[in-house]
Amino acid sequence: MTGFIVILERDLKLAFRRVSELANPLLFFVIVTSLFPLALSPDRLLLQAVGAGVLWVAALLSSLLALEGLFRADVEDGSMEQLMLSPVPLSIIVLAKITAHWIVSGVPLIALVPVVALSFELPAQALWVMAAALLLATPTLSVLVSIGAALTVSLKSGGSIIGLLVLPLCSPLLIFGARATDLAAQGEAVAGPLYLLGALAVFSVSLGPLAAAAALKVGLE
Amino acid sequence: MKLPRWFHMLGSPPYVYRLAGRLGPWLGAAACLLLVLGTYMGLVVAPPDYLQGEVYRIIYIHPQTAYIGMMAYVILAFAAGIGFIWRLKLAHAVAVSAAPIGASFTFCALVTGSIWGAPTWGTFWEWGDPRIMFELILLFLFIGYMVLRAAFEDRDKADRVSAILGVVGVVNVPIIHYSVEWWNTLHQGPTITRLDGPSMTSDMLVPFLLMVAGFTFCFYWLLLMRLQAEVVAREQGARWLRELAAEGRA
Repeated sequence: MTGFIVILERDLKLAFRRVSELANPLLFFVIVTSLFPLALSPDRLLLQAVGAGVLWVAALLSSLLALEGLFRADVEDGSMEQLMLSPVPLSIIVLAKITAHWIVSGVPLIALVPVVALSFELPAQALWVMAAALLLATPTLSVLVSIGAALTVSLKSGGSIIGLLVLPLCSPLLIFGARATDLAAQGEAVAGPLYLLGALAVFSVSLGPLAAAAALKVGLE
Repeated sequence: MKLPRWFHMLGSPPYVYRLAGRLGPWLGAAACLLLVLGTYMGLVVAPPDYLQGEVYRIIYIHPQTAYIGMMAYVILAFAAGIGFIWRLKLAHAVAVSAAPIGASFTFCALVTGSIWGAPTWGTFWEWGDPRIMFELILLFLFIGYMVLRAAFEDRDKADRVSAILGVVGVVNVPIIHYSVEWWNTLHQGPTITRLDGPSMTSDMLVPFLLMVAGFTFCFYWLLLMRLQAEVVAREQGARWLRELAAEGRA
């Protein structure tokens, strides 16, 4: 447990000292969502109808941006090998790094999304549901992204294929998240998809770090 | 854990190469026989459907390709998992061999499905159908696996890394399957009339099952052929291969 906290503190400290990298995915999210009205049409009804889906896809893509810093910097300067030598299990270390990644990339997104959602004129009750759904979906997203990052850590240019590996696996998140938002916008019960997102979060957070740790070990052999 | 002897023998490339060479032709012959017989019975003997007419005959190819695609992914992940845990190079070779075959069958399932969809649903591609979405995501998973492999120059590393992806993928396959299934029930869009009519009569069921068996044999035949090629590629320069080549049988 101490190992977990130490790594988490270290990663957060490192992340907050590079604020520009922290802001990139969020800016990306805002820019992508503002491109949709330009590409589709500024029609209010249309934007209201596609808003939830657009926000979810943009959130998914922007979380892919933040993954380069997840393991790569540590692998390149050798500190990952030192961490692997420590008595703390590698999966715990990976879990700490995933948590840090989630705090840095997921939490600001949850805070930002309702603001952007307002511009798509999503009804107020849908904003809360969307924030709740993101709160449940982003941990799974961080875990999946970390598996992708760990699988490609020994490749020179891993970034381009991570999307191919991770995005298909993210489809359940997209389905449940966007559906919860849609249902809320129509004023219907949203518990079902939210429960499913929660189940996925528990499932992925408990098993995902093991897969990511195995992938890291192979990558650094 | 103590493993039986045949398990260890399956780890020996020359043994597996010869076994595949011996089994392959039999599987191929069985596949050809069953497929020819099934095609004849399905297209000529079986009566047209009272609801769909002749179009229904896609059931003699489309469900089979879809099922082979899914089976191929399970085999891929299972073999990759065995290879990862026991460090069996041959299990990795099986996984590598299964990937392109599974991707091709999944692709065929999508193509035959849209050929059937055009006259029955009035569209080649129906985004609202969960099974289409599932097959599409399955195809992406196959492609992701192959792309990840291709990115590594070191074969051993590619084996082990892609094995993890395969196992993660197969854990996700049921989740994806049910999520797209539920997605459609949550989705209040136009619903497609399902053909849950009466169960198949025997003169339709027999060719259907013949085609299922035929395609299954066909898959394993292709798998063994690819496996042989993969073993040769992995064992380049090994003594048993040179001896086999000298005998003129390689």
